Amino acid sequence: MSENLAQQDSPPGAAALLIISAAGAFLGLMATALSPDPLFRLEGWIFTLAALAAAAALTVGVANGRYQADPRRYEDGVIRAGAIATVFWAIVGMLVGVVIALQLAWPRIFYFPEAGWLNFGRLRPLHTSGVIFAFGGNALIATSFYVVQRTCRARLAGGLAGWFVFWGYQLFIVMAAVGYLAGITEGREYAEPEWFVDLWLTIVWVAYLLVFLGTIWKRKEPHIYVANWFYLAFIVTVALLHIVNNLSLPVSLLGAKSYSLFAGVQDALTQWWYGHNAVGFFLTAGFLAMMYYFVPKRAERPVYSYRLSIVHFWSLIFIYIWAGPHHLHYTALPQWAQTLGMTFSVMLWMPSWGGMINGLMTLSGAWDKLRTDPVLRMMAVAVGFYGMSTFEGPLMSIRSVNALSHYTDWTIGHVHSGALGWVGFISFGAIYCLVPWLWKKEKLHSDALVEWHFWIATLGLLLYIAAMWVSGIGEGLMWREYTPQGFLANSFVETVSAKHVENIVRALGGLMYLSGALIMAYNIYRTIRQPAPAVLPEASGPIVAAAA
Amino acid sequence: MSAPEHPHDSGSVGTTGHEWDGIRELDNPLPRWWLWIFYACIAFAVGYWVLMPAWPGLSGYTKGILGRSDRAEVVEQLARLKTLRGAQNARLAKASLQEIEQDPGLQAHALAVGQSVFGDNCATCHGVGGTGGKGYANLRDDVWLWGGTLDDIHRTLQYGIRSGHPQARFSQMPAFGRDQILTPGQVGDLTEYVVALSGRPANPAAVQRAAPVYAANCVACHGPEGRGDPLQGAPNLTDREWLYGSARKDIQAQIHGGVGGVMPAWTGRLDPETLKALAVYVHANAAGQ
Repeated sequence: MSENLAQQDSPPGAAALLIISAAGAFLGLMATALSPDPLFRLEGWIFTLAALAAAAALTVGVANGRYQADPRRYEDGVIRAGAIATVFWAIVGMLVGVVIALQLAWPRIFYFPEAGWLNFGRLRPLHTSGVIFAFGGNALIATSFYVVQRTCRARLAGGLAGWFVFWGYQLFIVMAAVGYLAGITEGREYAEPEWFVDLWLTIVWVAYLLVFLGTIWKRKEPHIYVANWFYLAFIVTVALLHIVNNLSLPVSLLGAKSYSLFAGVQDALTQWWYGHNAVGFFLTAGFLAMMYYFVPKRAERPVYSYRLSIVHFWSLIFIYIWAGPHHLHYTALPQWAQTLGMTFSVMLWMPSWGGMINGLMTLSGAWDKLRTDPVLRMMAVAVGFYGMSTFEGPLMSIRSVNALSHYTDWTIGHVHSGALGWVGFISFGAIYCLVPWLWKKEKLHSDALVEWHFWIATLGLLLYIAAMWVSGIGEGLMWREYTPQGFLANSFVETVSAKHVENIVRALGGLMYLSGALIMAYNIYRTIRQPAPAVLPEASGPIVAAAA
Repeated sequence: MSAPEHPHDSGSVGTTGHEWDGIRELDNPLPRWWLWIFYACIAFAVGYWVLMPAWPGLSGYTKGILGRSDRAEVVEQLARLKTLRGAQNARLAKASLQEIEQDPGLQAHALAVGQSVFGDNCATCHGVGGTGGKGYANLRDDVWLWGGTLDDIHRTLQYGIRSGHPQARFSQMPAFGRDQILTPGQVGDLTEYVVALSGRPANPAAVQRAAPVYAANCVACHGPEGRGDPLQGAPNLTDREWLYGSARKDIQAQIHGGVGGVMPAWTGRLDPETLKALAVYVHANAAGQ
């Protein structure tokens, strides 16, 4: 009798997911068995094993009547998993970054001709995707699940769907990463995975969108909080960008290779429409959403201006989508398109800064906390770097500035002031907030370690950016230098060897930033392993709060 | 104490009345400076659209009242470059290679031009110093596959080697092993023979077995004594310079597979006068011929 009850209690979604996993494993096995392409078979094995593992776990779970959701509680398990995944991928992605920085600094020492998968060309997309999509993506998914539940006072929609999004996204990361190392690539920056991985991500992403929208749909608050606008803009637009940029025709349904539907300069424009809006909607809108929850929450201050949040939200998402052509200045792209890319980038300056103002001004009345709370300070510095990069970006989009900065290390420095300064620090801040909340601890294991993390990472970041400014502007000037006879003064390889010292400083800066992340991982681990406090922090849940 | 510390809470600005998980929002207006800079950026954009090529239409695009065009500017800049390269370059065009080398002023100009052009175009393969590497010829020594006189170098620069240009230099080392012209044993013997040609100790029995094979297959290009032939691009096998390596396994691989590299044709990519300067530069930095 009780067994029957337990079985009835398993939600139908779990059974459906079990069937889907089993079908996925079968399809994966068939594709793997029939494919003549060894690279495709490698990916096929990964997919098949993952689907089998999911089916096995679901079988045990469903048989034992797990997965009953308590509607009075928030779904926090998937967020705990997301927080751990965020820290894990941060370290992986940054470690690969340090390795390729060392390859650039000492190309003879860190060159492994017998191991092709360790070549710069394979590791570089592993680093970029590792930090943007694995670290950043997990941080966004985890925090969005946390924030949307709290600010809607509703349990995450879709039952196990949240877990499907989490594990499906990890599978996407692993398949993409293994593919890069094995040599599978579409050759589109930040969109390197091939068609079958793209399709899988599309499925996961649509599930993510439905979970998020479903939670907003059942909210018990009359209004939708600004963080959720930004999360939603991020999820919807990334879906659109991902699908359009990856439209391609596979050579064979059992092979890894595909060809883009676009050609020539149209292909380049599609790619950079995607590439720039990956920055705009993944790295800006998504992390602004994070900022809009964690900064006021941690500072215990109201958001500075509701009106500013409305105006900067709509102007940001309207203007950002046009700015991509500034990646193609002085190329085969028609000049009028370059003009539009540049002018929309200039107009983007203030909409971007709206977020900075709202973030920093929210601290007014709580400035003293920056002295005592390193987590809040980290997030405030993140907002500062956000402001700096969103000023530098429009500046670099101006054609005459771009003529100097394009293709140089200046661009790399710009990206890292945004990625390390803004995305990294705001995510670290959110993780430092989340872990004690999620694991029901009074506070972090050690605030002193957060201080160490903050200062080592900040110094490393400054070293990184300064080195890239020097080398970028230096090489830009060297490239355009003419001899009195009217010929280019420097050969390319001379401009490369001229930045040797800066490359070493950059590697050192990256190593410091990675060390900070390792300190964080230790601190988080110790926090989770702390004994539970005598008095538990008040239980939070949608119904509990509503009833109170 | 708390009231002055939290001016927004109790001061003139209220909240919107909403609250999410304890977060409230103040009803502050848009900062004026923010709004005015935003307007200024929009005004800048509109002004830029009026002046420059900007909006696409059904046919063509708005050209902008300044009439600027990237394509026209590139043409203009190339013309300016011609002027900058100036009178010395005009003299390069008229003079023969030998005359350039004998006129100290003109030679100094040619060397300066050649150095920067070499760095941009040749250093990628031949190295910044021109000392080459495996598969890429050393340009600083006195060993020349296709001849090292001024005219020889100039011709190689113009049309390249195996470049596909109709006047390109062309030679083909047969893949004796891979194409099964010779047996693996014969390839091994020939390797010893070539090692012996270069004056190094080799297996005498193998050398003896290889002699008739060499005479039948190799003499036509490399000559009976193995001294090669610059007219055919056949390397001298008796010296110490080896494009693909001097070790036995390298020599054997070359007899087996017959690799030949490609030197691009630079005619059409570089001006005729630049090519002359480059030939003078390479010649001046090499030994002999």
